[in-house]
Amino acid sequence: MTPVLEATQLRKIYDGHTVVNGIDLSIRRGECFGLLGPNGAGKTTTLRLLLGLIVPDGGSINLLGVSVPKNAREARQRVGVVPQMDNLDPDFTVAENLMVYGRYFGMSDAAIEARIPMLLEFANLTSKRDAKIPTLSGGMKRRLTLARALVNDPDVIFLDEPTTGLDPQARHLIWQRLRELTSQGKTLLLTTHFMDEAERLCHRLAVMDNGNIIRQGTPRELIEQNIEPQVVEVFGENVERWANAHAAEFSQRFELSGETVFCYVQDAHALIAHLQTQTGLRFLHRPANLEDVFLKLTGREMRE
Amino acid sequence: MKQINIYALPELSLRFIPIWQRHFLVWKKMATTSILGHLADPVIYLLGLGFGLGSLLPQMGGMNYLSFLAAGTVCYSTMNSATFEALYSGFARMHEQRTWDAIMNTPITLDDIVMSEILWAATKSLMSGIAVLSVIWLLGLSHSALSLWMIPLALLVGLCFAAIGLIMTAMASGYDFFMYYFTLVITPMMMLSGVFFPVAQLPIALQIASAILPLSHAIDLARPLMSGSIPPQTWLHLSVLLGYTVVGFYLSLVLFRRRLSK
Repeated sequence: MTPVLEATQLRKIYDGHTVVNGIDLSIRRGECFGLLGPNGAGKTTTLRLLLGLIVPDGGSINLLGVSVPKNAREARQRVGVVPQMDNLDPDFTVAENLMVYGRYFGMSDAAIEARIPMLLEFANLTSKRDAKIPTLSGGMKRRLTLARALVNDPDVIFLDEPTTGLDPQARHLIWQRLRELTSQGKTLLLTTHFMDEAERLCHRLAVMDNGNIIRQGTPRELIEQNIEPQVVEVFGENVERWANAHAAEFSQRFELSGETVFCYVQDAHALIAHLQTQTGLRFLHRPANLEDVFLKLTGREMRE
Repeated sequence: MKQINIYALPELSLRFIPIWQRHFLVWKKMATTSILGHLADPVIYLLGLGFGLGSLLPQMGGMNYLSFLAAGTVCYSTMNSATFEALYSGFARMHEQRTWDAIMNTPITLDDIVMSEILWAATKSLMSGIAVLSVIWLLGLSHSALSLWMIPLALLVGLCFAAIGLIMTAMASGYDFFMYYFTLVITPMMMLSGVFFPVAQLPIALQIASAILPLSHAIDLARPLMSGSIPPQTWLHLSVLLGYTVVGFYLSLVLFRRRLSK
């Protein structure tokens, strides 16, 4: 099956600084694909390139069978976008926002009107149909932005950090809706720096750093191929001294971060038995997750 | 294809129509205040100066002062409507509210958006022009059927000042930036273009400066039309206004492309 979205050797340079450094992407129909990376990794620039909003300095893009940016207008006709920052029309009601946005796709008022009840229901906003935007909560605005991205019944949906700034309840509702979309056969491309979001939602992931894709695969593959299966987090007084004396003896790899030592192990039995004899130290034993992989690949230092 | 050509000629389509509809829907929600705003300022100046100064002046430019001022008032109020819309509201849509970002994620391009901004600002001028003209007609300050030509002229003045104003919007870092444009361009233009007194009263150097200002050409068309004669050099004045419109549109588009291609 031909991919819905394919980018080859995509490159973007701003003022001599390479923001996207020759990346390759291939996304299949019905897939939820995640672009992970710290701030400044090049995720948003990649999305803007794929939408044809900026012109690449190298490489080629094929979105829904057409070449981008050359025929980006045609491609965007069948794409929905949930931007990182809300840009709903504050002067309009919820329903008016959908109506006005649908017209940008050349849809007739009758066609948009017919879709509005379904979109409002999808966004849990049926009772807010005539509410003004400033009266909505952050979660409601996000859901409306998602509904707005679906007004043209797109085949592909781009989501730039769709749940940033939301509380856990709002986030779970968005996740549920995104899963419904993939089950309807929509293709999703989302950026995030929430690892639980990526692990729950995405069929496949690409980890970006400094404009490069450094790993690609399913969440399971990324964990299995890049990190030991077990993690023991050790904390307490004198944890640093303990780490320097003993951590290497019991773990394949360990990292000291703040007041916690992360021990990565194939088998945690010996380490736990040892820790139980240490007074003043506490520990948490858990399976490795995507966040461990992410921190291993992109480092623990702050990106600002 | 490696480098975006920001100097390319505009690629025009009818996609600007839904954006114009959007602006109209916003306007409709505040129509009463908006119409009041269009009317209050120019009518107060027209009547205040017209009756106040007019009683001291027997004639100006071969007519009573109130009628003289009426033609100038229509022109500067249409100039102001388009300018405010292109600068403040345009900047809000581009920068504060990110309305342009939302629109560019659809099949609409920046070229369509800039086109829609100019046409919408000109629409505001048209509305403001008709509002002020209605007061003038009601007061009996113009009786000629030729004054109906003021309606398309208001639209053209709107297009012209919208296009020039958008150059400012494209360069603005914030709302404060627009103060330069008002104090250095718009206010002097009102004094130099024959709104309040004939340009012939100015020193010769300022008369030459006046001749290149678009508002002067608008007033040179407006004053004869309002008093019932066909303006001399009609085509020259129209060409200047159209020229400013076309050049302003192109320059602002180039600047917007440069600003938003990051």
